[in-house]
Amino acid sequence: MAKTFQEIMAETRRAIHEISLEELKARLESGQGFTLVDVREGDEYRAGYIPGAVHIPRGHLESKAETLLPRKDAPLLVYCAGGTRSALAAKTLQEMGYTHVESANPGFSQWKDRRYPMEVPRVLTAEQRDRYSRHLLLPEVGEKGQAKLLDARVLCLGAGGLGAPAALYLAAAGVGTIGLVDADVVDASNLQRQVIHSVATVGMPKVDSAEKTLKGLNPELNVVKFQERLTSENVDRIFDGFDVIVDGCDNFPTRYLVNDASVMKRKPVVHGSIFRFEGQVTTFIPYEGPCYRCLYPEPPPAHLAPSCQEAGVLGVLPGLIGMIQATEAIKLVLKIGTSLAGRLLTYDSLGMKFRELKLRRDDGCPMCGKNPSIDHYIDYENFCALPGQS
Amino acid sequence: MAITVRVPTQLRTLTEGKEEVTGTGATVGELIDQLESVHPGLKDRLLDAKGIRRFVNLYLNEDDVRFLDGLNTRLKDSDTLTIVPAIAGG
Repeated sequence: MAKTFQEIMAETRRAIHEISLEELKARLESGQGFTLVDVREGDEYRAGYIPGAVHIPRGHLESKAETLLPRKDAPLLVYCAGGTRSALAAKTLQEMGYTHVESANPGFSQWKDRRYPMEVPRVLTAEQRDRYSRHLLLPEVGEKGQAKLLDARVLCLGAGGLGAPAALYLAAAGVGTIGLVDADVVDASNLQRQVIHSVATVGMPKVDSAEKTLKGLNPELNVVKFQERLTSENVDRIFDGFDVIVDGCDNFPTRYLVNDASVMKRKPVVHGSIFRFEGQVTTFIPYEGPCYRCLYPEPPPAHLAPSCQEAGVLGVLPGLIGMIQATEAIKLVLKIGTSLAGRLLTYDSLGMKFRELKLRRDDGCPMCGKNPSIDHYIDYENFCALPGQS
Repeated sequence: MAITVRVPTQLRTLTEGKEEVTGTGATVGELIDQLESVHPGLKDRLLDAKGIRRFVNLYLNEDDVRFLDGLNTRLKDSDTLTIVPAIAGG
């Protein structure tokens, strides 16, 4: 027998449990563990939501619930604008096997009128929603994650082999501010691997050439250029405006300076380095995991450093390592997944082998150990200063 | 007691270009001495007067021997020692 809307609602309300907004507010303030589910449409949610709510529009409830609400025995509290859609959604969730579902009645409209706490998500423009739609489809990123990326400030040290692919993918992903540190100009011999530059920019400062390509890919991007070598004099000024450092520089003295400054400033560094056919990549999170000096306490002396005469690199190698660095940086910004902190990933392109080695914090580390001995920046002698090696 | 030793690119000039060599020894220190007799010059690249050079790491399987027993770390048959020197290219 056909049912009217009123009959459906009456039946629904008999089948579920409803709570008042006062009760919902009290529970939020008491810090009781429950998941708040906002089942309104996207434009309603974007105008404001109750803090902490998971957004699942009612039209997607059945298809998304099991992914976004994996525990069927966890307490759920559903709300909409007035209490009707949330009642229907609560009944659906019960039918799907969720055992502790409640619905708020009334809903968000009155919550807002009473000036109860709410959050307004950073609103993406229609163009941004289109551009980043494949990110928005990932529950781990979504609009909140994309907003974090747009607000993020990532510093790429070197716009060379590693910096080129890293910066390209960071820009494509919507990282809002990218810093580029590189003193060099584009040389024709760079183009074998530094895919951010082009024949047309040979002779141009690398930071300008890279900016041109990055802005072509993402015109909204804010590029901050430092056409200088990183030194003990400028490291504070350059690092201070950034949240994550992607280290793709090309020499030992800078590697140690980057480490020491990042530990002092507690900024994470995504480290990548390459030599001929091999790469190493890891993430250093100061005081949570090891730092570069826990791994290699001191740089090699000039005569034992991997020799510059032997230098040379398979062009595609830094592409792969730089992209792993970009992946790590994006995960750090989004706070998702498991970083490479405490793990050194080594890559041998000839054998096509990835290996993982355990890294540990060293209590005796001169930088982040129990009795650190380094309290100022050290300028090591630059022993490999052949031009065009970046 | 056969130990597999993985040699990085920089040191392959000392191992006739081989990326893996086999050595023997009851400890990491003994293994390095034995490797030196077959590949002269290798020891100097790994050790200085104070022990393992500070820009070279030796991993026994997945673990840094500095956090085990250093050069006295005991080896067993079919262990793998990986030499991982610092590299700086970018």
